[in-house]
Amino acid sequence: MTVAMPAPDQTVLARRDRIVAALRAIVPGEGVIAAEREMRPYESDGLTAYHQLPMVVVLPETTEQVSRILAFCHAERIKVVPRGAGTSLSGGALPLADGVLLGMAKFKRIREIDFANRVAVVEPGVTNLAVTQAVEQAGFYYAPDPSSQIACTIGGNVAENSGGVHCLKYGMTTNNLLGCELVLMTGEVIRIGGKHLDAGGYDLLGVVTGSEGLLGVVTEITVRILKKPECARAVLVGFASSEAAGECVSKIIGAGIIPAGMEMMDRPAIHAVEEFVHAGYPLEVEALLIVEVDGPQAEADHLVARVEAIAKTCRAVTCRVSGSEEERLLFWAGRKAAFPAVGRISPDYYCMDGTIPRARLPQVLNRMRELSQAYGLRVANVFHAGDGNLHPLILYDANKPGELERTEAFGAEILKLCVEVGGVLTGEHGVGVEKRDLMPAMFTEADLAQQQRLKCAFDGHGLLNPGKVFPTLHRCAELGRLHVHAGKVAFPDIPRF
Amino acid sequence: MADTLQPGDAKDVEAAVQWMLAEGKAAEIVGHGSKRAIGRPAQTDVTLDLSALSGVMLYEPEELVLSAKAATPLAEIEALVASRGQQLAFEPMDYATILGGAAGRGTIGGALAANLSGPRRIKAGAARDHFLGFAAVSGRGETFKSGGRVVKNVTGYDLCKLIAGSWGTLAAMTEVTIKVLPAAETEETFLIRGLEPAQAIEAMTIAMGSACDVSGAAHLPAQLATSIPAVAGAGGSVTALRLEGFSPSVAHRRRLLEVLMKSLGEGATIDASASRALWRAVRDVTPFAASGGGVERPLWRISTAPDRGAELGAMIARQLGAQVLYDWAGGLLWLALDGFDDAGATPIGAAVAVAGGHATLIRAPASMRAATDVFAPQEAGLAALTKRVKESFDPRGAFNPGRMWAGV
Repeated sequence: MTVAMPAPDQTVLARRDRIVAALRAIVPGEGVIAAEREMRPYESDGLTAYHQLPMVVVLPETTEQVSRILAFCHAERIKVVPRGAGTSLSGGALPLADGVLLGMAKFKRIREIDFANRVAVVEPGVTNLAVTQAVEQAGFYYAPDPSSQIACTIGGNVAENSGGVHCLKYGMTTNNLLGCELVLMTGEVIRIGGKHLDAGGYDLLGVVTGSEGLLGVVTEITVRILKKPECARAVLVGFASSEAAGECVSKIIGAGIIPAGMEMMDRPAIHAVEEFVHAGYPLEVEALLIVEVDGPQAEADHLVARVEAIAKTCRAVTCRVSGSEEERLLFWAGRKAAFPAVGRISPDYYCMDGTIPRARLPQVLNRMRELSQAYGLRVANVFHAGDGNLHPLILYDANKPGELERTEAFGAEILKLCVEVGGVLTGEHGVGVEKRDLMPAMFTEADLAQQQRLKCAFDGHGLLNPGKVFPTLHRCAELGRLHVHAGKVAFPDIPRF
Repeated sequence: MADTLQPGDAKDVEAAVQWMLAEGKAAEIVGHGSKRAIGRPAQTDVTLDLSALSGVMLYEPEELVLSAKAATPLAEIEALVASRGQQLAFEPMDYATILGGAAGRGTIGGALAANLSGPRRIKAGAARDHFLGFAAVSGRGETFKSGGRVVKNVTGYDLCKLIAGSWGTLAAMTEVTIKVLPAAETEETFLIRGLEPAQAIEAMTIAMGSACDVSGAAHLPAQLATSIPAVAGAGGSVTALRLEGFSPSVAHRRRLLEVLMKSLGEGATIDASASRALWRAVRDVTPFAASGGGVERPLWRISTAPDRGAELGAMIARQLGAQVLYDWAGGLLWLALDGFDDAGATPIGAAVAVAGGHATLIRAPASMRAATDVFAPQEAGLAALTKRVKESFDPRGAFNPGRMWAGV
C-alpha cells in the first residue's frame, strides 16, 4: 500500500470499547462487528491492493439507526466510511483504522414498484441487477448496468455514479435517479425529489450522486425504470488497426446512430478473451468492435445494415452480425469476461479507468505501448468506444518485489496522459484513494478548494469518508476564510454604464 | 438604475467580482436578460452583464461535445449543431413566448442556469443531464472549473448539477461544455381527440409503458388546443404522442401505438412538419403566451408524479378556475389563472403538498412575486442545507441574492 491515509486519531482509538458499546445500544445483536477475524472481510473493497481493518463495523437496518449512528459519531468526532457491496475499483470503501465502517448491506428491501410512474423505490443495499429482476416480468428494466451488477448495490452506484456498457444511450446512474432520502453526518434526515422529474431548488441529488460517500448516506432511492427494447442485435467488426476502428466509431456516431453499446478491444485483450471464452473472435485483427443496437425489430435491422455499410467503408477485415440471441450473447460473453480472461494470463492485473476524446485514441494507444516497454509491463485494453472511456489492464505479479509499485506508476502515467489529451482521470470507477493524489493533474487548487467547501456544507467536520477524493485535507474554517481588501481593489478596467 | 458592469472576458469577470466584494456590492447576473422576470424581485447594486462572453469555442460532432462562452446565444448554438444533423436533446424552451420580448434571445448559460428542458425531458432528460463542464467565478471572486470536455466523467463532485437550476445564485459561469446528440431522422405525432385529462393521462401512461419509445406526451384541453394551428382543426381536446427516430422505426412504432390506443378514441397522425410545429408550441407554452394581455395572467409550472397530474390539475382548475396544459405524460402542469392577489399560492401549495412535487410561479407582476413564494418553500432541513451550499459558493450573497428564496 503506497497511499497515505489520514493519521489515526489516538484519542478515538483509546475510546474504542465505549464506542463499540454505544453502537451496540443503537444496533442490537449481530449488527455490530468488533472482532478482528470477523472484520477481515471488510478490510478491502474491489481494489484489493489496499487494505485496512476498520475500528468497528456496524450494519444498521433502519434509517433511524443510520441517523443515530451518524449523530453519535458526529458528536464524538469519529470518522465514518460508508460501504455498499464493496465492489469499488478505486478504494472508495477502504476502511480507516480509527473509523466506523457503515455497511448498508441490510437495506435490502424494494419498497415500491410504481409502473404508472415508471419508478422503483429501493433501499441502498439492493443490488443493481435485483432492481431489473423485480420489474422485468412487466417488461421493464433499470438501465445502468455496471459489469459488477450482480453484486454491486444501488447505494454504491449512487455514490460512484456508476455507468456500464449501455450508458452511451441510456445514461449513467445520475441520469436515472429521481429522489432519495439522505442522512447527513449530523444525523439529520432529508428528502430530495420524489417521483416527479425535476426536484425543486438546487439539484442536491445530482451532486450527491458520484460524491463517493463524502456528502451523506442514502437510505432510500427512487430510480427510473424503462420499458425493455423489443430486441437487440450486435455486429462484431475486426480491424487491422485501432485507427480504422476509431474511424468506424466516429462515422457511426457521425451518421446519427447512438448504439446501445459500442465496445472496443485491442489485440492482447482479444487473444486473452478468445482463449478463455471461445467466442469466435478473429485473432488476426488489431482491434475488435462490438456495436449493439436495440429497439423495435424494424429499427434494429435498419441500423445493423447501416453499421455494416459503414464498417465496410472503414476497411473492416471481418464483420459478423448476430443471427440469433444466442450469438449476440456470445459476442458479449467475450467482452464481459475480459477482466477474468486477463486474470488468467497474469498473476495480477490492475484495471485503469480514464476517459479521452475518442479521436485521440491512436495517439494514446501508441504512447501506452511505449510506456509498456519502458516499464516492462504488459497492457491489454478494453474501451467503451462510444464515450471514450478507456480501461487499460496492466498485467503484473504482486509477488515480484517492486512490481506493484511499478504498475501504479505506469497507471498514473496513463491517467495523466488521458488528462493531457483533453480527457479526465476517471470515467466511471471514481477517484477514491486510487486517483486521489492525481487530482492536481486535472484541477487547480481553487477548483479543489471549491469542491471541498461544498463538502463543508454537508459535513462541517470532515468526518464522512475522509482521505478519499481530495489529496489534501483542509479545515472548513480555513476553506471558508474570505480575503476581501475592502476599498483597496481598484475598479476594474471594464466597460460600465 | 443600478450600474451595469460588462466584462469582456473571464478574467474581467473575476476582476469585477473582486471589486464587488471589496465594495460590498451585490449583482444581478444577466446574459441577454430573457428570463429576468422569473424569481423574486431583488434590489441589487449592480448588474453583471455577461453578454460579451459569446462564441462557440469547440464543436466536435463525433465526440458529441460543444464548448462555448457562457453568453453564446442558444439560437447560434442550435443553428450550428443543426448544420451537422445534431441537436440539444433537452429541447430548451424559449421563455420569450410566455414572458414577452423578442424570441430566440436566450443564452446557453441562461439555459443551463435555469435547467431548461422541453417535452423531450421524459426521454432525454433536462439541461442538467447534458451539462458536462464549466468554468465560473464564485461569489468569492475565484475562478474555478468542474467537469470536463468528455461525455463520461466522474472525477470529483459533479458541480454541473448544482449550477444547473441555481438561477445564477452560486457562480457566474464564463464557459460551458455540453453534450450534443444526433437529431432524429424524422418524427410523427399520434393524436387522440376528445379525452378528458384523466383519460388522457391514462393513455399517456400506457404509451410510456410500452416499447413505443415516446419522446413527447402532452394533453391540451379543448380551449388550449384551438390556439395551436397544428392541431386546432377538428376542435375538442388533443392528446399528443410524439415518435422520433429512423423512419422504419417510427413507422413501426406508430402502428404499435395505433393498436394500443384503439380502445381509447379516434386516432390520427400528423407528419413531421406539423409535429415539429405542435411540439414547439407545447415547449414554449404558446396557449399561455404573454401577447394579447396574457402577460397579466399568473402562470404556474408544477412538476409532479405523472399519475397525479390529472387529479391535481382538476382540483386547481375547480378551485381557481385555472386553465391547465399537461406535458411530460402528466408530470408537468402549466397553469394560467385570472386575478388572485397571491396568484393562488395557498391553495396551489396545499394541492401540490398532497400530490407530491413542487410549484414555481413563473409569471406574475413583480408585486405579486415579492409577496409570494416564487420557488416552493423547502422543509427546514433542506432549506438549511440549501443555504449552506449557497454560502459555500457565495458567502457574501453577491449573486442574485433573494432570487430563489430570502437569504439564498
